[in-house]
Amino acid sequence: MNSYLIFSYAGVALCGIGVFGFIFHSHLIKRLIAFNILSNGVFLILVGLAQNAQKQPDHLPQALVLTGIVVAVAATALALVLIKQWYAISQQTTLPEDQEHQ
Amino acid sequence: MMGVAISMPVILPLLGAIISLLLPARYNNRIAFIFMLGLVVNAAWLLMHFSAQGPYQQVMGGWTLPLGIALRIDALAIIFSMMSCVVASVCGFYARFYLRAKQLKQFWPFFWFLLTALNTIWLSADLFNLYVGLELLTFSAVGLVALGQNKHALAAALRYLFAALLGSMGYLLGIALLYAQFGTLSLSQLSDAFSLTTTSAVALGFMFIGLMMKTAVFPLHTWLPPAHGGSLTPVSALLSALVIKASFYILLRLWMALPFGENAFVIGSLMGTLGGTAIIWGSWMALNQTQLKQIVAYSTLAQIGYFMLIFPLFSYSDPTANQYALHGGVLMLLSHALAKAGMFLAAGNLLICTNKTDLTSLAGLSRYRPLNIFAFGLAGVSIMGLPPSGGFNGKWLLVQSALMQSKWVWLIIILLGSLLSAAYIFKVFSYTYLETKAGDKFEQPSAMLEWSALSLSVLSILLGFFSVWVLDLLTLAEMRMP
Amino acid sequence: MSFLTMLPVWVLMTSFLAAMIIFMLPEHRHGLRTTINIVAALIKIAFIILLLRLVAQQYTPEVSFELLPGLYFVLKADALAMLFAGLSSILWLCTTIYAIGYLENSPNRSRFFGYFSLCVASTMGISLAGNLFTFLIFYELLTLSTYPLVVHRGTQQALNAGRIYLTYTLIGGLVLLLGVACVYAFVGDIAFGDTTKMAEFVAREPVSAAVIFLLLISGMAVKAALFPVHGWLPKAMVAPAPVSALLHAVAVVKAGAFGVIRVVYDVFGVALSWQQGYLFVLSIFASFTILYGSWRAIQQIDIKKRLAFSTVSQVSYILLGVTLLGPIGTIGGLVHLLHQGLMKVTLFFCAGNYAETLGIHKITELNGTGKRMPYTSIAFTVGALGMIGLPPIAGFISKWYLGTGALAANMQWVIWVLLASSLLNATYFLPLLHRIWFLPQKGPWPDEVSNQKKYRDAIPLLLIPTLITAGLSITAGLFAGSDFSPLSWVQLIVTREYQP
Repeated sequence: MNSYLIFSYAGVALCGIGVFGFIFHSHLIKRLIAFNILSNGVFLILVGLAQNAQKQPDHLPQALVLTGIVVAVAATALALVLIKQWYAISQQTTLPEDQEHQ
Repeated sequence: MMGVAISMPVILPLLGAIISLLLPARYNNRIAFIFMLGLVVNAAWLLMHFSAQGPYQQVMGGWTLPLGIALRIDALAIIFSMMSCVVASVCGFYARFYLRAKQLKQFWPFFWFLLTALNTIWLSADLFNLYVGLELLTFSAVGLVALGQNKHALAAALRYLFAALLGSMGYLLGIALLYAQFGTLSLSQLSDAFSLTTTSAVALGFMFIGLMMKTAVFPLHTWLPPAHGGSLTPVSALLSALVIKASFYILLRLWMALPFGENAFVIGSLMGTLGGTAIIWGSWMALNQTQLKQIVAYSTLAQIGYFMLIFPLFSYSDPTANQYALHGGVLMLLSHALAKAGMFLAAGNLLICTNKTDLTSLAGLSRYRPLNIFAFGLAGVSIMGLPPSGGFNGKWLLVQSALMQSKWVWLIIILLGSLLSAAYIFKVFSYTYLETKAGDKFEQPSAMLEWSALSLSVLSILLGFFSVWVLDLLTLAEMRMP
Repeated sequence: MSFLTMLPVWVLMTSFLAAMIIFMLPEHRHGLRTTINIVAALIKIAFIILLLRLVAQQYTPEVSFELLPGLYFVLKADALAMLFAGLSSILWLCTTIYAIGYLENSPNRSRFFGYFSLCVASTMGISLAGNLFTFLIFYELLTLSTYPLVVHRGTQQALNAGRIYLTYTLIGGLVLLLGVACVYAFVGDIAFGDTTKMAEFVAREPVSAAVIFLLLISGMAVKAALFPVHGWLPKAMVAPAPVSALLHAVAVVKAGAFGVIRVVYDVFGVALSWQQGYLFVLSIFASFTILYGSWRAIQQIDIKKRLAFSTVSQVSYILLGVTLLGPIGTIGGLVHLLHQGLMKVTLFFCAGNYAETLGIHKITELNGTGKRMPYTSIAFTVGALGMIGLPPIAGFISKWYLGTGALAANMQWVIWVLLASSLLNATYFLPLLHRIWFLPQKGPWPDEVSNQKKYRDAIPLLLIPTLITAGLSITAGLFAGSDFSPLSWVQLIVTREYQP
């Protein structure tokens, strides 16, 4: 057990929380937050596991994670715009298919 | 020269996107024309280079392989980039006449980003590049769906976005695990180093599920019908013809690059089962729709099922059968791209005529707009897999492959699926033949719209006569054959 | 490639290009459309005559084109191909003229004639196909191009008929596809006429070969309306009369029968099929269909329906002839392909004339039509007597060869089938003739077209093709011994088939 592995386990835990949130929340903003938690979990795993496998720090995963974070931010922004428009049109915070369950 | 040409499919549309954002909207159409022409010429040049000198790989920006961005041209890459060139040109042309000025202004940047993403995916030789391409593709596709601006379109866009993001995360998680195990993300290096362990199995599991979610393979398909059926016509065509192919293309690449050995049969059968269910379920749902575009959207679902049959049929037993499966699958992918785009455009024209979305309002249209019905019908022939068409040739090869390996289940599913697809396509047809007393009260779509739909449909039929050219490219390339 | 080698392509192209041009023409260009139709049909006949002379001199033009790796699209004009192509080209001309008259002043003519030509193009493709794969392509194309014709009227009834037609033919097509795919996967590409590979396969795997034979024949049987897959044919009667003529005499059922001939003679080989017992099973089905079709025809009161069931019965004569080993039976089957076409097309034209001129659809309404429409009635009489098998009309020649062929093949029971069926034919045709000629008119005609009073009979565009085909039916019988008759051509085919 070393410090890198801790990152990975933390990542797995975050992923779990994220997926749970994604599935069990129908509120669109909550879902978006769940997605962000999930993506952070994946990034942690990506960095943690790679560092664990190779003894010295590896720059590639860090570059990848940086790119990944940019992509996630872009995704969040796009989702927020759409959610805002959706709220403006429909006055709802959930998608129509999900409302039947509640 | 080759170094420039190979990066052009990515750089040109990216430039197009930036320019169309910066310059006033009135230049957009001209820019589109020039850049599209450039892309087509470039693709033709790449094709010539490829058929003369074979595959080519290039690392961009002076970095060495693990960190640099590698682009490569091989048979699949060239076929798919030609396909996206042709389909996107026609869809862009269609959009130019179909969309209102305000929509068109928003359409072009998304269109160019979409094309950038697609070409990145076709040309990348590296898993992370593919991830970036996939994400860019998702954003531009979701943006295009949201162009519809109404309640349905927005809901569909949101649903699509969330599904696609979840899929991307699965794929990225898989990348993380693979990198931890093998220390590389380049497809060629990975295929040398790969062995099936617990970690790599979990990794591939995540990647495959993520990619299947983005491709809308049954049962991860629920986002597709509203997104494809509910968006603006040129967008539907682009989405169904090209976007879903991108994630499937990565699946196919992984399947061909990674040696699964003994496990290929089990994994392939599993994917084939999903595909077979998709064929039956998608066709059945299409048959029960009452809205024209929904039928076409559900038909895409069924066709994705056919693509999935490549996996069980391409599973390392008999080289000839494998080759047939791959060739058949590629032909199916190509002819579906042409035919489905043609069909969506023709359906869009029919909707212009009737101004209503349900099937019953189509009565009498075959008299009023025979050209549209003809376009829809020709595309339908290819989708049903009746000869002479690209779809038929593809299906013929899949059937041959199944027969050679005595895989009767897939054979029966293929045949049953084509019967069901004939049922839903002729259902549309029969509505247009119905004569009513009401008389013709139809609007007339512009001739440009009609001819663009027809051109794609005719191409899907012509593919039936020129399949050999495409397949020669495949056999010519040094593909990793087991 | 020289013009002569490319002739099979040109024969196909005459109607295909005509179809494309007609699709492009605006609806109101009736004159131009008519000209294109007739000119294309005449050019095609000229090409066919040229080809016939070439084939008679032992020359076989062939065009081949690689469609998929190792899979060829082959058009080949052999003697058998020319039999069917010749029939279709002549009847196409007649039916086109008839259709021009029949559809005068009705809507959607551009669509109708476009698909009509496409349908003939597929028929030409079927006859000239040089291997099973090419055959399959045109077989499916025929299904596609006939559907719009069947539903042409656009009524709910027509659409239902269209649905039934599609269900039968598409499933049939799929079975055929499976059979053909099996042949290519297990045996390889077989050019028509080259039966050696199949013979080896039969010796190696008799069970698989039998299954393949079953698949191929069942696929063809749907279009040939063999019992128990004949159900679509009577339903498709709602289509306009020229379409019925096309379905029954020129294209669809003939394509099925022709396919059976190809499979038996040119894929498996007749001796082999006989020896494996395939032909015996087929002959049972064919005989049953002959009797069953005639039996059902007696029960129909609608003229076109009665004719439809008569077709079900008559087409199986062709199949029966195929199953009789030996040259004489083969001649009977093949020549009936032509003779039945001529006679049946005459009968459908007449039915159309009665319906168009006087609004007659039911058999009971036929009383006294002989006086009102003498020429049509004479043509009808010729067709009906020919179907029964009375000399000197063409039908007699077919039945004569079938009978003697059965004796030569040592299948005496076939004679009884032929006799019984001739009796049944007489039962359902003679009362019609009796009503036409000997019973007085009963009240006013159901729906007499008033503006045609100046013609004693149907309008010339309808009447002339009817008389031509009736005349041909007699000529084919009277001059069967001459060098240009269908019979002598069939004898040429058969000599080539039985002399390897």
